[in-house]
Amino acid sequence: MTVAAIPTIALDGLLRSMADDEFVIGFSDSEWTGIAPILEEDVAMSSLAQDELGHATALFGLLGELLGEDPNAIAYDRQPEHYRHCRLLDHARGDWAMTIARRYLYDSADAVRLDALAGGSWAPLSDLVAKLIREERYHLMHVGVWLNRLAHHDGEARTRLLVALRELRPDAATVFTPLPHEDTLIEAGILEAPMSELERRWRETIGPVFADLDLPMPPAATELDRGRLDHREAFRWLWGEFTSVRRSEPGATW
Amino acid sequence: MTAVAAPGLSSASVREALSEVADPEIPVVSIIDLGMVEQITVGANAIHVVLLPTFVGCPALDVIRSAVETRLLEFDRPLDVRFTYRVPWTSERITPEGREKLRRSGFAPPARARHDAPILVQLSAPVRCPSCGSNRTVLESAFGPTQCRAIYYCAACRQPFEAFKPI
Repeated sequence: MTVAAIPTIALDGLLRSMADDEFVIGFSDSEWTGIAPILEEDVAMSSLAQDELGHATALFGLLGELLGEDPNAIAYDRQPEHYRHCRLLDHARGDWAMTIARRYLYDSADAVRLDALAGGSWAPLSDLVAKLIREERYHLMHVGVWLNRLAHHDGEARTRLLVALRELRPDAATVFTPLPHEDTLIEAGILEAPMSELERRWRETIGPVFADLDLPMPPAATELDRGRLDHREAFRWLWGEFTSVRRSEPGATW
Repeated sequence: MTAVAAPGLSSASVREALSEVADPEIPVVSIIDLGMVEQITVGANAIHVVLLPTFVGCPALDVIRSAVETRLLEFDRPLDVRFTYRVPWTSERITPEGREKLRRSGFAPPARARHDAPILVQLSAPVRCPSCGSNRTVLESAFGPTQCRAIYYCAACRQPFEAFKPI
């Protein structure tokens, strides 16, 4: 299917949400570079960050082509309130348990979303998604091992994990915030099912994991329509960091 | 890999030239060894080369594209070098020669990539130590100094080593 056949606004909403998610979590991961609790994790989080920023670059590339805009301008030159990542990624870095909890919730949700885009009718995206799925499996595996480790460790590790999950509860399902013009994407065969259905699938996937680890399942989201809006102060801080060099010399060629 | 030739210049010559383009991160292997060259088309007016990124976020892609363009300058034709995701690169594309070159330079070649098996199962499959050949090795971390490598430890020769990830 050609781009011309699909309303740009529908693709824009989809690509922007995915690109911003990967961009923001990539920068959050990179906050651990140099300060992770063990050397292997320092390397792992840096590698994850590199993967996610690479995924964001590819997605911003598709968006830039669609809109005829510079992908770097889309990535860096928006004000914080114009980013469309999910609120799950709005929390401050926090401790290691927070990082693992957030990443597990995100990676497990992202896997469900990617599955619903694989084999879609718009080849530029479905081709990329096929590749992303292969890479993201490593992320989910890695963070899943850590979730198990923290949950099984009676004492401080488990307590911190529970505290982190409690903080994330209201935003846990925000990856599945309904997209603007979601129906158009489904009719065009780009997205297989509505976000509400993907959220159901996600709960089915993580349900047994949370039950096995005796962790409380995230509740159904309230105000899900604002799940990619109203970004928190912690994101404004992160935005200030990741745009600081770009803003220091507007219009420069790097 | 497919190759389409035009009179005067064969795609085999282009392929031969590309076998000298080294991977920037592991220069002992070429982009041909890694299976990154998906298509070579020698057209009437241009040479078209389609490459596959090993990882989406690989920072070496621009360097590789530019190395390919530089190497093909001698053919004196317009060049069209591009990357595609139409065919996903997998570690299965590394050629037998490429695997052997990796092993000789201290990198264990990737275990068989099985997309139906959990990653942890794949990474836990025995990986032969590239130094002493022992199978008494253990995964230390799925993440290494580059996106495509994991870190193992050999209990026999007591050396850490890197292995290509099955992907």
